[in-house]
Amino acid sequence: MTVVKTQGLSKTFGDFKALDGVDIEVKEGEVFGFIGPNGAGKSTTLRVLLGILKASEGSAEIFGKDVWKDAVDIHKRVAYVPGDVNLWPNLTGGEVIDLFGRLRGGYDKARRDELISRFGLDPGKKCRTYSKGNRQKVALIAAFSTDADLYIFDEPTSGLDPLMERVFSEYVHEAKAQGKSILLSSHILSEVEKLCDRVAIIRKGRIIETGTLKEMRHLTGSLMFIETDKPIPDLAELRGVHRVQVFDGGWSFQVDADELDAVVRHLSAFGIKRMESRPPTLEDLFIRHYEETETGAGGGV
Amino acid sequence: MSQLFDHTWSLMRFILRRDRVRLPIWILSFVFVSAGIVLVFDNLYGDDIERQAIAETMENPAMVAMVGPNYGGADYTTGAMTAHEMLVMTAAIVALMNILLVSRHTRGDEEEGRLELVRALPVGQLSSLTAVLLVLTIVNTLLAVLTGVSMAALQVESVDLHGSLLFGAALGATGLFFAALTAVFAQLTQNARATTGLSIAALLVFYMIRAIGDVMSEALSLTSPLGWILRAKPFVENLWWPVMLSVGLAVALSLLALYLNSIRDHDSGFLPTRAGRTQAPATLRGPFGLAWRLQRTGLIAWAVALFILGISYGSVLGEIERFFEGIDLFQQLIVEQEGFSLIELFIPVLSSVMAILASIPAIMVMLKVKTEEKNGRMEHVIGRSVSRWRVAFSYWLLAALTAITMLFLTGSGLGLAGNAVLDEDLPLGTYIGASFVYLPAVLIMIGLALVFIGFLPSFASVIWLYLGLSFFVVYLGELLQLPDWVEKLTPYGHIPAIPLDEVNYGVLALMIAIAVLLSVAGAYGFRRRDLKT
Repeated sequence: MTVVKTQGLSKTFGDFKALDGVDIEVKEGEVFGFIGPNGAGKSTTLRVLLGILKASEGSAEIFGKDVWKDAVDIHKRVAYVPGDVNLWPNLTGGEVIDLFGRLRGGYDKARRDELISRFGLDPGKKCRTYSKGNRQKVALIAAFSTDADLYIFDEPTSGLDPLMERVFSEYVHEAKAQGKSILLSSHILSEVEKLCDRVAIIRKGRIIETGTLKEMRHLTGSLMFIETDKPIPDLAELRGVHRVQVFDGGWSFQVDADELDAVVRHLSAFGIKRMESRPPTLEDLFIRHYEETETGAGGGV
Repeated sequence: MSQLFDHTWSLMRFILRRDRVRLPIWILSFVFVSAGIVLVFDNLYGDDIERQAIAETMENPAMVAMVGPNYGGADYTTGAMTAHEMLVMTAAIVALMNILLVSRHTRGDEEEGRLELVRALPVGQLSSLTAVLLVLTIVNTLLAVLTGVSMAALQVESVDLHGSLLFGAALGATGLFFAALTAVFAQLTQNARATTGLSIAALLVFYMIRAIGDVMSEALSLTSPLGWILRAKPFVENLWWPVMLSVGLAVALSLLALYLNSIRDHDSGFLPTRAGRTQAPATLRGPFGLAWRLQRTGLIAWAVALFILGISYGSVLGEIERFFEGIDLFQQLIVEQEGFSLIELFIPVLSSVMAILASIPAIMVMLKVKTEEKNGRMEHVIGRSVSRWRVAFSYWLLAALTAITMLFLTGSGLGLAGNAVLDEDLPLGTYIGASFVYLPAVLIMIGLALVFIGFLPSFASVIWLYLGLSFFVVYLGELLQLPDWVEKLTPYGHIPAIPLDEVNYGVLALMIAIAVLLSVAGAYGFRRRDLKT
């Protein structure tokens, strides 16, 4: 079942087109990662989904309901953590967590206390004294102490230390195990890689790639390193070979999956001394996409 | 040792550069107001008889509590009158300026982490605080000299150079005292809000000690910096010891602040910070509870201030007749009407002014929606299951309740104090009615504020201009003989003057209907637009 679905979602601010036909679909029970650099439109998309911004064109639905018209109904089943958590300087963290729970229409008090101790937050301090990470914890605790069906996180760990990042991951896994859906945006690719089942890459307001990591890897192919007896003069011209670089006395390059066989056959004629291969990381995918669309070659929509 | 003060001069220049607009505005306002008052008094009360009439109205305890005892006696010259009526109030505002400036440059910078950047440079440990104190010494000295010289330069009889300089010096010395006091508080407390709060609380306490002391015992008055400074008696006895006392204590307090600064850690204070609540109280459960909680302190302060304003206006009602006879200005302001006493003529004038002042907190409550939105906190609320209609209505409701409370307080303050000083009491209901009848006008202002929030949030401050215009038109309309239609440009101009006019309930009902319409339209606009951050 689909939890979140946008079709041709566009948003303009004056002349600036922040979103340009965004299509994403989050299925029930999956962790969906939304990646892209700053200013690509991640937060704008999430804020449209929250009914904070109104879409200029296209449709956006959560639980099959319109995100703008039925915002209040939808929000009863959604927990959201914004990217930049601004709190009231003269309220304490504990007060804010309770307020958030009540505004949403109910939360689990015991779970709240457990989360406070897991995240190591001092709930008796005024928000003015909190660092960015602590403000984020307040919002995360409020989110996880509610029994939502969909969790939306905008760069949830950007202010957290590595230990707290792990606590966050645990709660994401736990929510997933309970069949909850999670939509999270990030530019920390290792985090997305660890947590997410499916990923969408956004660039300048457009989705340029979407799918499971496995599918994306298949499209991108493997990263290879090779050292041969004889030099390979035409390596860069081979079909399916990209990003050739001289490296450590050999070459490193990327090979498309469907050309792998042909390339390896060709290379074996040069006397292979050493050969290594690893699957591409999300970072490789990301950079390749950005480089390609930047230079206009390929274009991986 | 010498390293403690390295680069003090550079930091001073930096402060002056940061406040290059703020400081001249502050200083020049004091100079213009002080000199202006001399001219106004000289024009309004040209001869001894008029001044003597004023001197007598100043004898009642309410006025003594407000501005201090008249030290001029029979010799109530323009100079004595200016210093007597203006010194304490102006000194209190100079003190406020010093509090705000010191707090901003000490705890303010420390809290925002800017001081940390400065301290990481090869700058002395005490340089920053020293620079702040030295800059304020310059500011207060300039203020003192410029005020004194410009008052004397007007060549008004009895406003001589010696008295003028003493008047200026009294302002500057009080300023310096409070600058140093705030510097000490900045070491004790842990954030700028607490520093400012504690300092202003001290200012209010000193003001009250003086008020009580001036009415009951001079010795008590002398324990307050605002009390002893009035004993300089400019233009009459011209005593300099109060100025010396303030400056001397300012130096002592500055040294104390520097010492405390040298023995404390960055970002820490000597007063323990209270542990806050770890759980929200039951009242903090919806947008209304939140709106109230965020503005509670401010609203209570407004309520107290407006009640006191009502009382102070009420306490002079007894002197109205004398005022009225003595001064041409008031005769223009009040059109005499058959069958009503002067007091009854005066009540609606006071009520209109107080109603406009009472509108300020109500409008502020409504505009808080915009502040919350701009600071990125509104999305926490509407990102949960709270509709925008409910948010708009919650703030509207609090604004309307604020208006009701404030109008009630000004009216009853006026009535309670008025009846205490008048020979013939009026029913309290008359006072409260005269004030309360302005509710439809205030509701229209709240509705307009909501329309701005809904459709033109970045222009919402225009509402303050409109309120300012309303004040101008309503207060000075009669005086400047403006045509009637000008008064009708503001909602306040459509309100009947109780107890003079027949109350037309149709008009009031129509105004309420307009207010509701505006509010609904504004909320609709807020419902359909993007949230800004």
